[in-house]
Amino acid sequence: MSETFTKSMARNIYYGGSVFFFLVFLGLTMHTTKVMPETDHRENITEEVAHGKELWEENNCIGCHTLIGEGAYFAPELANVYQRRGGGDIDAFKAFMNGWMKAQPLNIPGRRQMPQFNLTDQEINDLAEFLKWTAEMDVNNWPPNIEG
Amino acid sequence: MHTLKFQSQSVSKPYFVFALMLFLGQILFGLVMGLQYVVGDFLGGAIPFNVARMVHTNLLIVWLLFGFMGSAYYLIPEEAETELYSPKLAIALFWIFAAAGTATILGYLLVPYSTLAHITMNDLWPTMGREFLEMPTITKIGIVVVALGFLFNIGMTILKGRKTVINLVMLTGLIGLAVFFLFSFYNPVNLAMDKLYWWFVVHLWVEGVWELIMGAMLAFVLIKVTGVDREVIEKWLYVIIAMALITGILGTGHHFYWLSTPEYWQWIGSIFSALEPLPFFAMVLYAFNMVNRRRIEHPNKAATLWALGTAVMAFLGAGVWGFLHTLAPVNFYTHGTQITAAHGHMAFYGAYVMIVLTLISYAMPKLRGVGEASSNRAQVVEMWGFWLMTVSMVFITLFLTGAGILQVWLQRMPESGEALGFMATQDKLAIFYWLREAAGLTFLIGLITYLCNFLVDRKQVGKSA
Repeated sequence: MSETFTKSMARNIYYGGSVFFFLVFLGLTMHTTKVMPETDHRENITEEVAHGKELWEENNCIGCHTLIGEGAYFAPELANVYQRRGGGDIDAFKAFMNGWMKAQPLNIPGRRQMPQFNLTDQEINDLAEFLKWTAEMDVNNWPPNIEG
Repeated sequence: MHTLKFQSQSVSKPYFVFALMLFLGQILFGLVMGLQYVVGDFLGGAIPFNVARMVHTNLLIVWLLFGFMGSAYYLIPEEAETELYSPKLAIALFWIFAAAGTATILGYLLVPYSTLAHITMNDLWPTMGREFLEMPTITKIGIVVVALGFLFNIGMTILKGRKTVINLVMLTGLIGLAVFFLFSFYNPVNLAMDKLYWWFVVHLWVEGVWELIMGAMLAFVLIKVTGVDREVIEKWLYVIIAMALITGILGTGHHFYWLSTPEYWQWIGSIFSALEPLPFFAMVLYAFNMVNRRRIEHPNKAATLWALGTAVMAFLGAGVWGFLHTLAPVNFYTHGTQITAAHGHMAFYGAYVMIVLTLISYAMPKLRGVGEASSNRAQVVEMWGFWLMTVSMVFITLFLTGAGILQVWLQRMPESGEALGFMATQDKLAIFYWLREAAGLTFLIGLITYLCNFLVDRKQVGKSA
């Protein structure tokens, strides 16, 4: 680099630039958290949904599945499984979930295996409520299609 | 021959040794997962995929943290021209961190995750079960305690010594690492908020403050192996980290496209993250420039190779492969596919694995009392390790990219009804996964070769000290 561009100029760009953009980032984050209640339908978080999220976490579901595209890429996306497997109907979805969770592991030779988590009926119900709530969140129209 | 400038730098040795042990573990679990991708029931009962993945990613994070800490204990006293404030504290924290890390990994492996959550009373303060932050809350608290003790130790060392740009940037990066980790304790019941702040740890680590750490470590080694004037190197360092933060902070927006967030993030995220390759490109120019302008012929050729290699691979993995899927209209289709996995592998290897191995390469001969550099034979073995691992990682990335492109084509692009389902798509990708596993095996061979370089000079260790 040329001698006209000095170390102290570089240092000032570093300090000035990072402080400025960090403040912009903080400002935008504050704005985002302020407007999120309009789209994340947090008013629909029931006790069941909250418990479902806890179950989701305590069984490390994210270790195989993705949820809104984040997680492991080993098993299907679950942010829209409510539509894919339940057709957007909570009773149908709960019936599906109940059958599915109890059938694990499927023990099909060579197929990826989902473990048996030994959840109670109530727990499966709450997990279904959490997935339904997640599916109904407005996430800018992702994923592109029903397969997730 | 004893070549350590300050005796207390020797505390970094156990950090490096333990880091390399965990690295080996990380790769073994990676191979298990790679096989489970194609032989789904492999070890299914004993090590389910989610456990293997948690071990694979958490080992990576923990060994890199050991690597960063070891590097800090090595370079900060040398830059500050003074002994470390408290070598005893550094050793005590090593054992605490190693014990907590080992216990956590054993916990993952020995009991079901939900049992681990109950034993560690996750319900009191739920923080578990989120990608990369799976460790129990008590382990997270342990990490904070270790980080505080560590920052105190190196902070006091810098305070009593010379304050160089490298030291201040390294310290800033490490403080940032600790501060942003605190967001891992925030886990609101609202998934949208949870995800938003989860990125404050994950993104602001790897695309933010870790780049400061990487920049400082690279600058340190370049000064040592090239003998180029510190003023020149420090100017470049400022330019690179300025670009890294200016692009990377708002680049966080590329994770906010498909959350319950305003659509302006699609513009901000796309624009700023499209610029994120720039600091990595500058790093390539700088590393090669400095080596070409070298004023000394340092005997440690392997360290120079690692320094050049990390710049190139970080640019490819973090820069080019990051850019591939960062624009919102592209990311709409690629988000959460094997494209992400491809990028993650090369970026982590290129930027963070390789910078830690660069520092280990430079420091280890001195720490072991071998001398200024390892023997030529040891360096040849080390360079074989370098090429085997690096070329394998290029192929892992290419195969995962192939898998990702096909996955997007089959599963994401068609309309609902015509698109192939997830599991059916995965079957179609099998050939790519098999090739990836083969490349993974060569990576393991490369790692073993690399580790063997430490055996070559074992007879000289400490002999001439």
